[in-house]
Amino acid sequence: MKNLLLGITLLCSFAAPVWANKAFVSNERDNTISVIDTDSWEVIHQFNGGNRPRGITLSPDGTKLYVCASDDNLVRVFDTETYEELPSLPSGPDPELFIIEPSGKRLYIANEDDNLVTVTDTETRTVLAEVPVGVEPEGMGMSPDAKWVVNTSETTNMAHFISTEDYQIKHNVLVDQRPRYAQYSADGTRLFVSSEIGGTVTVMDIAADGTPEVIKKISFEVPGVLPEWLQPVGVKVTEDGSRVFVALGPANRVAVIDGESLEVIDYIITGQRVWQLAFTPGEEYLLTTNGNSNDITVIDVAREKAIKSVQVGQQPWGVVVTPE
Amino acid sequence: MRKLVMPLAIAFHFICLATAALALDVRAGVLRVDYTEVLPISRFDLKPEDIGFAGAQLADEDNGTTGSFLGHSYETVTIAAPPEEAEAALEDLLADGIRLIVVIARAEDLLRLTDIAAQSDALVFNAAAPDLELRDANCRGNLLHIAPSTAMNTDAIGQFALWKKWDKWLLVSGSNPADEAIAEAFRRTANKFGAKLVAERTFEDTGGTRRTDSGHVLVQRQLPVFMQRTDDHDVVMTADGTDYFARYLPYHLWTPRPVMGSAGLRPVTMHGAHEAWGATQYHTRFEALAGRYVTPVDYNVWLSLRIVGEAVTRAQTADPQGVRDYALSDEFELAAFKGQKVTFRDWNGQLRQPILLFDGSITVSVSPQDGYLHQVSPLDTLGLDRPESKCTAFE
Repeated sequence: MKNLLLGITLLCSFAAPVWANKAFVSNERDNTISVIDTDSWEVIHQFNGGNRPRGITLSPDGTKLYVCASDDNLVRVFDTETYEELPSLPSGPDPELFIIEPSGKRLYIANEDDNLVTVTDTETRTVLAEVPVGVEPEGMGMSPDAKWVVNTSETTNMAHFISTEDYQIKHNVLVDQRPRYAQYSADGTRLFVSSEIGGTVTVMDIAADGTPEVIKKISFEVPGVLPEWLQPVGVKVTEDGSRVFVALGPANRVAVIDGESLEVIDYIITGQRVWQLAFTPGEEYLLTTNGNSNDITVIDVAREKAIKSVQVGQQPWGVVVTPE
Repeated sequence: MRKLVMPLAIAFHFICLATAALALDVRAGVLRVDYTEVLPISRFDLKPEDIGFAGAQLADEDNGTTGSFLGHSYETVTIAAPPEEAEAALEDLLADGIRLIVVIARAEDLLRLTDIAAQSDALVFNAAAPDLELRDANCRGNLLHIAPSTAMNTDAIGQFALWKKWDKWLLVSGSNPADEAIAEAFRRTANKFGAKLVAERTFEDTGGTRRTDSGHVLVQRQLPVFMQRTDDHDVVMTADGTDYFARYLPYHLWTPRPVMGSAGLRPVTMHGAHEAWGATQYHTRFEALAGRYVTPVDYNVWLSLRIVGEAVTRAQTADPQGVRDYALSDEFELAAFKGQKVTFRDWNGQLRQPILLFDGSITVSVSPQDGYLHQVSPLDTLGLDRPESKCTAFE
């Protein structure tokens, strides 16, 4: 059965015209953005991304690249075709991670230094609101219906649920130490929050009105790896919810979790200090940023195997892939 | 209509929180015993007036931000007193109803104050005293050690030297009891990890002033002479707990070798240039508040009060016994900007923590080093281990 499915997947991928997509990788250390062709897996370009580029995302139409230039205290914007720099966006101090709403209008930015989430209008390039959150805000997730933004605060250790309607926090959920990332499932009924120092992923069921309820904490275990180094950071969930991938930092592995049972079923070895993740369109591949080996690992999602690594700049941090 | 709905919604929101979590007003104290001390060798080591207290202020702010979502508030009272007035200061805190007390004092005063606090069932956090005996035969059930022990510090340095394969050590120690305690810890570290102490040398403390104009001229002439005719060694380990000679040794040796311990590469809990694991944000907050760099004592006080905050947030208790039980339980874990969670040794109340190795401007390395393994936690390769400990107050 699995073979049949695999065959169909393969057929599909051959049948569809192969449009090369671009993966953009922010390199925190050398202040550059690497551009990778997801067909040939070659680095086709590298350009200056501002000082200390970390969080990275695209406008929904894929024409604009947004980069948190943490040490410049702003969001730099680039044309994804010409790589020309466009006018920057105000971000508040020390932006680290952000999330863009599906319409592309509002960008929600975590200001690590100021206990704030800044809401920026990408069209007028103005700040719409500042939402006070816990100490050291970092992770930013958005519900698929765009009604909720979830921010994680690394020292307060909470997931804060901010309504995008009035910018008020409506729910606070305690999670384990140093939460780094928040990811909703595509149907919006689940939320996954990774806790780097706690070593867990907290799973919440999300009610129709957006109310969260913690249902499980996933922990990790790899023979021969000290438990201290199993540090979950980036999280991605497949569109159908069947698989959850979790980057485990200095354990140099991505955990594969069954979306149904919420049990870890495998660990995929990657480069060193794996932090952020991104799917290619259609979820054919999952890309990981490996900060201590200066490369990205390409994981074949269907086979759940690492198939390639691509050398990028110094200390790759975030990754995003252009849509079809 | 919309305007009306919003305040109502907010009010409702707060009511929900207030009922969901128990409202708690958490009060703690910091008691700092100020000693008459000679000036430090380096002006960079002059103690700020608010040392320790600034760490408490930041902890109140950090805990308070978290508390604002849960209906908890935090207030920490700070007192500084000379040793002869320390007991009265403690009595004031106790009379004020405070039962969670961070103490910045030397071992003998710390013990005296801890025993008085015990009579009122108060819990004490040791933010400064490194003495091994406080974690050993002289431990106390109501005393938690946030400051690392001398043995943790020398083990941290020793592991790094051995990772470098620098296993022949020359030990230079001072003549005061605090210096000798560090020297003894280095002997223990060498024995524990298999380094060779090729020779030992004592630098007598003959007193005298610290501040002389162009004193470096004499230092440059005299120290190399003192360091002549040594056995072959890889590194000079220094044991100077009273800050009178070790700082002069780097660059003034006879044989050019790295200096570690009390000078050169030093073990610290935190320093103002440590940037990994989110520490930059910690420094930004601290510096905005205090107008200076953080010291290890400030960090230790901050950590003590963050432990209280965790107990309040996760176990809904600000009661000294409740905080102690939670801190010593398997449930407790805390992120401390050191790359892994810190926890307690439940058999002597010592906080397990990585130690930063600091050269005066950057983090050179962080111990425990790769390859030092332990059946409980690699952090337990630093300092006194359970089978060696004579502490029974936690049984």
